[in-house]
Amino acid sequence: MQQFNDKMNISVKDCRLWYNDFQALKGINMEISEKEITAFIGPSGCGKSTFLKTLNRMNDLVDGCRIEGSFIIGGIDIYAKDTDVNLLRKKVGMVFQKPNPFPMSIYDNIAFAPRTFGTKSKSVLDEIVETSLRRAGIWDEVKDRLKKSALGISGGQQQRLCIARALAADPSILLMDEPTSALDPISTGKVEDLMTELKKELTIVIVTHNMQQATRIADKTAFFYLGELIEYDRTEKLFSCPSDKRTENYITGRFG
Amino acid sequence: MSIRNKYEDELLQVSGKLIKMCRATELAIENSINALVNRDSEMSKEVIAEDKTIDNMEHDIEQDCLKILLMEHPVAGDFRDVSAALKMITDLERIADQAADISEIALSFGDEEFIKEPEHIMLMAKLAIGMVKDGVQSYINRDLELALSLDRRDDRVDMLFETVKNDLVELIKQSAKNADQAILFMMIAKYLERIADHAVNIGEWVEYAVTGKHKIG
Repeated sequence: MQQFNDKMNISVKDCRLWYNDFQALKGINMEISEKEITAFIGPSGCGKSTFLKTLNRMNDLVDGCRIEGSFIIGGIDIYAKDTDVNLLRKKVGMVFQKPNPFPMSIYDNIAFAPRTFGTKSKSVLDEIVETSLRRAGIWDEVKDRLKKSALGISGGQQQRLCIARALAADPSILLMDEPTSALDPISTGKVEDLMTELKKELTIVIVTHNMQQATRIADKTAFFYLGELIEYDRTEKLFSCPSDKRTENYITGRFG
Repeated sequence: MSIRNKYEDELLQVSGKLIKMCRATELAIENSINALVNRDSEMSKEVIAEDKTIDNMEHDIEQDCLKILLMEHPVAGDFRDVSAALKMITDLERIADQAADISEIALSFGDEEFIKEPEHIMLMAKLAIGMVKDGVQSYINRDLELALSLDRRDDRVDMLFETVKNDLVELIKQSAKNADQAILFMMIAKYLERIADHAVNIGEWVEYAVTGKHKIG
């Protein structure tokens, strides 16, 4: 089996994806830089979440989904026959739109991935739990209730808990699908600050419908429309002077 | 077809107000020079009084632009249009100030006969007014070529300024009595030269609005 190298960049060539007869992605080529935040924007149904999910093979679970193209992460082809999907998802973590803590204690949520990958030592697990919660900026808020249910904390805390849970698997890349759309502005601000902090060590790819969020945190932004990658550039350039009329029409709230 | 009608209206409103402010500013330069040439002190006083109105127009457009930035978070071309408008009104306001300054100077000539007919100054004024008008027109029409032409036209104004300066130096050399008026004419020429520079600035902001590129310096 191939081994991931230390590179955290993503290289996708000619990604085409079908849901049965419907072609959702029509030849996406994209190089995502390591240790940067890349935002995907575009109207609902444009393929941005679908494309995000190809990056850790979440679409494998969808019936009738067929994927073509080349996806190189950490130096290996993630769709190769001998790729270990569990290892891939350890390397490429994911955070979803709605906070989805497991119905278990805060501690057990964080310890879940390390336990799955074989860590049994309590002291090692304790350390992973504390480090992950600290990295997600939520340690001080939950350190006295680690054994309490994760469902008892607020939505914003739950989402940061889910980020901590993803970090506990020690990923190199974090995929985030609208991670703050269910959060209030204060929790959103905390998650955004956290992302900016995490990009020192991780590559982050975020799908967002909030364009101000993209301008606040993303180094680069990609605009998807009708299954195509229309424009991909530095965020400042894309939002101040987009090259494609369709990008301009979308981000200014006009449809072409 | 836009899905943001209120926003479109707000952007249009700024354009409309900008055209009005430009017309008022052009008129201020024109009147300040006519008042000078025709020794019309009433008109000079009107230009000075009108400056307040133009200041108010600037303030009004500035408030509109800031409100759009705050409420609508414009991006792309809209962002560049609003930013360019915000910068352009500063130049227009300065131009109107300089027209008022010319009028102040015109008043200090009193009834004294001119040491020289100000034909070059009139030509400078004509060119500068044309540049201001075309600067704003290029914004309205997104006319990049017209905007970029302003830099070249400014060279002509600069050359005329040199001519005026040299003529005045000669007049001072001829007689020290000419010095008082020569200094006044010199200041008027300098204000006109500055007005043309502001028109060039306007052109550069139009270039930014159209292309996203802005010259430095």
